[in-house]
Amino acid sequence: MSALRLTWLYLKVGVLNDLQYRVNFLVQLVQALLQVATGLIVLKLVYSHTTELNGWSEPEMLTLLGVQILLGGVIHTFVQPNMERLMDDVQQGTLDYALTKPADSQLLVSVRQCNIWQLVEVISGVIVTGVGISRLQSSIGATDALAFAIGLATGGVLVYCFWLVITTGAFWVVRMENVLELFEGIYQTGRWPVGVYPGWMRFSVTFLVPIAFAVTVPAQALTSRLHGGTLLLSLVFAVAVFAFTRWFWHVGMRRYSGASA
Amino acid sequence: MSAVTRAAGDPTVTAREPRLRALAAFYLATMRAAIQTQLQYRVANYFYMLGMVAEPVIYLVVWSSIADSSGGTVDGLTAGQLAAYYIVWTLVRNMNIVFGAPFWEFRIREGQLSGQLLRPLHPLHYDVAYFAGWKIVVIGLWIPIAIVLSALFHPDLHPTALEIAVFCVAIWGAYLVRTMFQSTIGMLNFWTTRGGAMFDLYMTLELLLSGRLVPLQLMPGWVQTLATFLPFKWTFYFPIESLVGDMSTRSLLLGLAAQALWVGIGLLLFRLAWRSAIKRFSAVGG
Repeated sequence: MSALRLTWLYLKVGVLNDLQYRVNFLVQLVQALLQVATGLIVLKLVYSHTTELNGWSEPEMLTLLGVQILLGGVIHTFVQPNMERLMDDVQQGTLDYALTKPADSQLLVSVRQCNIWQLVEVISGVIVTGVGISRLQSSIGATDALAFAIGLATGGVLVYCFWLVITTGAFWVVRMENVLELFEGIYQTGRWPVGVYPGWMRFSVTFLVPIAFAVTVPAQALTSRLHGGTLLLSLVFAVAVFAFTRWFWHVGMRRYSGASA
Repeated sequence: MSAVTRAAGDPTVTAREPRLRALAAFYLATMRAAIQTQLQYRVANYFYMLGMVAEPVIYLVVWSSIADSSGGTVDGLTAGQLAAYYIVWTLVRNMNIVFGAPFWEFRIREGQLSGQLLRPLHPLHYDVAYFAGWKIVVIGLWIPIAIVLSALFHPDLHPTALEIAVFCVAIWGAYLVRTMFQSTIGMLNFWTTRGGAMFDLYMTLELLLSGRLVPLQLMPGWVQTLATFLPFKWTFYFPIESLVGDMSTRSLLLGLAAQALWVGIGLLLFRLAWRSAIKRFSAVGG
């Protein structure tokens, strides 16, 4: 319970802080529009050469694009700012200030920052998903919607874990800023259904980098092609990965020796 | 960094020596410093490069699977040709990383520019030299990536000696074209600290019109026409196509000339922008 209260408190402070910089809203808006426009142009281009890609029609692919933008927005709003700050703190030795606080260290480093204007990206993702769904042949039932919600939440947890495991690497490899580029690059694989990729790559973006679970699975739910087994696997995998992340974080903590203070 | 400062203020480089020789010495020293610095950050460099490999691999997989489903080719391109295009793409993309617009924002915001302005040479010289040195490291690191990608995707690549020669020049031409235009856009930072949206617009145009997203022959005709009159395609499509495509000697050489022309135009634009930008610059400390 106190974990939730702490998260809420940090979120409130973060939001109040960000609200001071209103021009950032416009910047984010332009960037979100460009992102959506690029995505749509690519879809048009692809579907001007074919009618279906790996069994996905254009409206289905649009739905997938929406989910990818939506989850990307959530990551950019809540996860990435924290991880960047964590890398900075490890580099400069200022992580001490967080560690001396009487709360769980993993929780603290995960909720300190948020970039609230990035929610624009989340909203644009929701809109694209909505438009995609409205063009689908079949309508989505309550089970599909529930499966989508579970899949998206699981995906969010998986991506958070992935980010934290990589960032924890900063305790060994101090200069980590390029990891951001690495993740952004790999996250782009989520723009297409995982089935498009050759076997070795499908395996990588499913289990090494959990993009498939995070984006393809929720989108499969919306397009009524998700098997219950896949969702269950996704849940079990998320629990396992979360446990591993927690263990790995503690290994990393033992390695950290501070530099300032 | 210290090696660079030393080179800039090297007492052996006196005013009596011809200016060009001094400049060449500066470039060599800066490039050497860049190579030595970047070699130490091999892991960081590899993370960066691996992140970039994802982008062309995604394009390649998508377009190959379209080619497969429509009888082996898409607009005349086979999967092997697409593989060649996007594998060469990875090198060209790396060559196209320059001291870009967002770096100018950093340089101004952090007050670094004040110190750099005190040097006898324009900061642009330093940027071109440093990133050129970095490229040497990048090319070395790229070779294993290219080998792995080739083993995975079986590119169809049979360049002639002339094509290889033109390619070797064209990647540096692309580097210079992009440096000039990115630096020019970077001048916006003297007016606003929120240039991010403008840079994104520029990058989006580049993505669509340069051949970065898809080989330009997959684009609608009017886009191809439009691209001919803009600088973007000389930074991606032309260098890649010079190696993987079947271009005539004439169009290969004309392409190099076009690159030279765009470097000139870019430099001119940069100087115009710089002249009015620098008047607005004021900083304390740094």
